[in-house]
Amino acid sequence: MRSVYLDYSATTPVKNQVLAEMLPYFNEKFGNPSSLYGLAFTSKDGITLARARVAHLIGALDTEVYFTSGGTEADNWAVIGAARAKKEKGNHIITSKIEHHALLHSCEFLEKEGFEVTYLDVDEKGAVSVADLEKAIRKETILVSIMLANNEVGTIQPIKEIAAITKARGILLHSDAVQALGNVPIDVNELGVDMLSLSSHKIYGPKGIGALYIRKGVMISNILFGGGQESKKRAGTENLPGIIGFGKAAELAEQNLAEHIETLTTLRNYFIGQIKEKIDGVTLNGDPDKRLPGNANLTFDYVEGEAVLLYLDIKGISISTGSACSSASFSPSHVLTAMGIPIEKVYSSLRFTIGDFTTKEDLDYVVETLVEVIAKYRALSPFGKENQMKSAQSCACQGYECTGCDCVKKG
Amino acid sequence: MGMYNETVMDHFTNPRNAGEMENPDAVGSYGSPVCGDMMEISLKIEDNVIKDAKFRTFGCGSAIASSSVATDMIKGKTLEEALALTNKDFVAELGGLPGAKVHCSVLSEQAIKLAIYNYAKENNLDLPGLEGFDPDAEFDHDHE
Repeated sequence: MRSVYLDYSATTPVKNQVLAEMLPYFNEKFGNPSSLYGLAFTSKDGITLARARVAHLIGALDTEVYFTSGGTEADNWAVIGAARAKKEKGNHIITSKIEHHALLHSCEFLEKEGFEVTYLDVDEKGAVSVADLEKAIRKETILVSIMLANNEVGTIQPIKEIAAITKARGILLHSDAVQALGNVPIDVNELGVDMLSLSSHKIYGPKGIGALYIRKGVMISNILFGGGQESKKRAGTENLPGIIGFGKAAELAEQNLAEHIETLTTLRNYFIGQIKEKIDGVTLNGDPDKRLPGNANLTFDYVEGEAVLLYLDIKGISISTGSACSSASFSPSHVLTAMGIPIEKVYSSLRFTIGDFTTKEDLDYVVETLVEVIAKYRALSPFGKENQMKSAQSCACQGYECTGCDCVKKG
Repeated sequence: MGMYNETVMDHFTNPRNAGEMENPDAVGSYGSPVCGDMMEISLKIEDNVIKDAKFRTFGCGSAIASSSVATDMIKGKTLEEALALTNKDFVAELGGLPGAKVHCSVLSEQAIKLAIYNYAKENNLDLPGLEGFDPDAEFDHDHE
């Protein structure tokens, strides 16, 4: 049976060139970069090269890139570190309702510490309004954090326009670029961001490694305490093989960027076109143009997403309902909900994300299988063109929170 | 390996009794698309015995498997016997469901009870198993 992976936004396989470069750093060049002998300097040199490669991919100075344990730590550090460093100036933060949970939960944590957070709405395409953002600014606003591209629907946000506003008012701007990295051209100076979160495992590098770009001159508080690694900003012995791998992945991403974007966009448009031609009652969620090249987030009317996912899995196809992170937390997508998509349609939505190893034949197989599975489970559905789903009814489970087919005890 | 055991997967991929029934004697719909799952159970009833049962379900794998197993289990049963079945019986027949998915088996139980309730009301039957059954009530059930 064919095996097709279409969940590249959840994670990517490590490319062979990346793995090859990492391997010696596990057992040959394993020295602690903080030590003072030849073996340690070899490690340090490896990190220096990796940092330069990551910096180059985003147009930053080497000294502006700080390695972290991943995108989550970068988001936590940017938001919590910036808020604490600027708390004398004000206590207000602006973000959006469609951010990753690494960002949203950091903001919720800061609210408990006395900060006030505005969560901006998005339009039906999943984009933040620059005008709304400008209106939300107060004299106490110290930080704005808006993702560069959304992980579920792939909508690319107007960061450059937002930066023009924050810069003029002396407000720090952070952007979570975990999904955008390697998928859209990024230049930190052109974008005008002060901080940018990055992750390695979305660009064919290893998991457990990421980085936070912090513009020269921007001071944020540390959130990890210990040794003086990463210019005394991020304590902890470096994840040496991870950093090496991230560096190589960044180099490859930069070399392949134009071709990667063109190939993925073509494949994705072909995929969406085929699905819409062969299956009725399908809607593309997000912005048809300003979106990540590999992202196709689709609603299939009258069938529940998880049932389709389960059946596709039997057929060797790996996809996701919302994001990988929310599938374990049993919640309907906060992103689709924020876009104003009716809840019953949210349950019928699936995310397909295409990557460097996807072929046209893979997509043909997925389309063919989708035709079969959607017909199979629509035939089982009490809903259809003659019997539309109503969103007026509410859940009848007392004491429980109904979130899709899952019931979670309240409180 | 996966989320569900083989029995659940079998009922999910080859659901028994799926589809619409022509001229059913009783129908019960339970759940809500807002909740992400909804079941409709149709019954053919002769001489107090369930001769045939069919279902249509909008929901995840375990909702479909629960509907399949529940309709299988009530076929050939008297209305009293069918009313005595609970979600626990359906879960047991499926060989277990993940905790958060037990909810789906409750929907099957409620949809069946509702279908029989509607039938009893229409035919002026007094079924002991329906005492206290309120089709509009919120229910406090054990999900685990």
